[in-house]
Amino acid sequence: MTRVSWLRVAAIFAPVGRFVINGLALVGRVTLFAFRALLRSLAPPYYPGRLGEQLMQIGWLSLPVVGLTAIFTGAALAQQIFTGGSRFNAQSTVPAIVVIGMVRELGPVLVGLMVSGRVTSAMAAELGTMRVTEQLDAMLTLRTDPYRYLIAPRLWAAVIALPVLVLVADAIGIFGSYLLSTGKLHFNAQNYLSISRQFLESDDIVMSAIKAGVFGFIMALMGCYAGFNTQGGAVGVGASTTNAVVSSFVLILLANLLITVIAFG
Amino acid sequence: MSAPKIQLTDVAKRFGNKVVLEGINLAIEPAESIAIIGGSGTGKSVMLKCILGLLKPERGSIKVDGAELLGVPSGERARIAAKFGMLFQGGALFDSMSVWRNVTFALTQGRTTDTARMRDIALENLEHVGLGREVLNLRPSELSGGMQKRVALARAIAPRPEIIFFDEPTTGLDPIRADVINDLITSLVENLGVTAVTITHDMASARKIAHRVAMLYQGRIIWSGPRDRLYDSGNPYVDQFVQGRAEGPIQAGPSETDWEEATGEI
Repeated sequence: MTRVSWLRVAAIFAPVGRFVINGLALVGRVTLFAFRALLRSLAPPYYPGRLGEQLMQIGWLSLPVVGLTAIFTGAALAQQIFTGGSRFNAQSTVPAIVVIGMVRELGPVLVGLMVSGRVTSAMAAELGTMRVTEQLDAMLTLRTDPYRYLIAPRLWAAVIALPVLVLVADAIGIFGSYLLSTGKLHFNAQNYLSISRQFLESDDIVMSAIKAGVFGFIMALMGCYAGFNTQGGAVGVGASTTNAVVSSFVLILLANLLITVIAFG
Repeated sequence: MSAPKIQLTDVAKRFGNKVVLEGINLAIEPAESIAIIGGSGTGKSVMLKCILGLLKPERGSIKVDGAELLGVPSGERARIAAKFGMLFQGGALFDSMSVWRNVTFALTQGRTTDTARMRDIALENLEHVGLGREVLNLRPSELSGGMQKRVALARAIAPRPEIIFFDEPTTGLDPIRADVINDLITSLVENLGVTAVTITHDMASARKIAHRVAMLYQGRIIWSGPRDRLYDSGNPYVDQFVQGRAEGPIQAGPSETDWEEATGEI
């Protein structure tokens, strides 16, 4: 190939290379950010009050949206399985499939996405506003480490709260399915509960909680990282919030796939 | 002879390809009040942020009481930085907290401890800046711009720092309130022996609060002298700036904030 041809090839691949390098650099920065926050949170001063506030924000205040999502999804899932199963006389599989589907997959993923929509955006917007109004700089000059005071409590609270939320959602989702199945689809209540208990395995519950912990970490990390590194004014805060939510959604779905393939593949 | 309170030697800082500070040399004596003047984009705020540790210079040395700030372990750096207080241009009050918690933030590091004593300390500092008990429980969003600035000043002085940095302390205030702030800075220096470094575009304020004025232009200190010489410096750049003339050797350029935002350094 001539020199000109090589240059043409390089011109085509250069943007790809730049994209990959920038992507890897971003992964490195986010990883360092997470390590810094977690390691610093191990040394005093500790902020149990801040952790409590975040548990309230992420956990308690998310319960209504989580409960509604779970009960509607559980009921809709029961209807779908019943309708699909009726094609080959498999209507009786509703309780078994609902319990496996909710606990292994729908509970963690739906709660992860719903809570992320609520929490990640709030974190990115709040920290982003603090960045552009110099509140984060002010905090440093007031002898307080923003990683310990702002970031670490959010990360720990999300990792602690999400498994609890997901287990609650699993239960509510199964309950939603139970209500629809016994009320509309004429299942025997005793049988329904018996089959559900029979198919519910402790490994599935543990895996549901592990997924939730990972999703909690992802959503808080993306919200905090984007907010903490916001540039510009109101437009910058808006862009950070959007980036945080989108990247959190994508990473939660990717992490779900990886965990599912590793655990059940 | 004692070491200067703050000594900057050959401090340089760039954002991408844009050189903002190009070898700053400046010594500030204990209990001295110095005003840094210069057009937008000349590196005044960047210089302050380098001293505060919010930005990392590419080269040079920054010493406080003879102790080097750059390249030292974070614990040692934090010990030295505990001597600093800072009044940000926009106040930078924490809008999720009440006024009294803002004012005592450096003392509590954000924890809820000894509430009654902290409220008393907050009130004492608020009275220094002409505010009273009625604002203690308010949120920053419930205050006017001028009141926010005074609360921010109360927050900066609450931990009794040895050195206070003021970034445009009188911007956005009416002349009477501005003079209250000027008087307060003067009293901090004269009564408490605080070293004050003030960035300002307000020449009246500079002449009132500063013992010495330094002018920054294109990343260098191009003139430094007593405040009485400000209008008689013999330097054409200083003359143009203090007289606010469009014609002269100084050409308008982009602000340093533009460079910070363009290069993404935080």
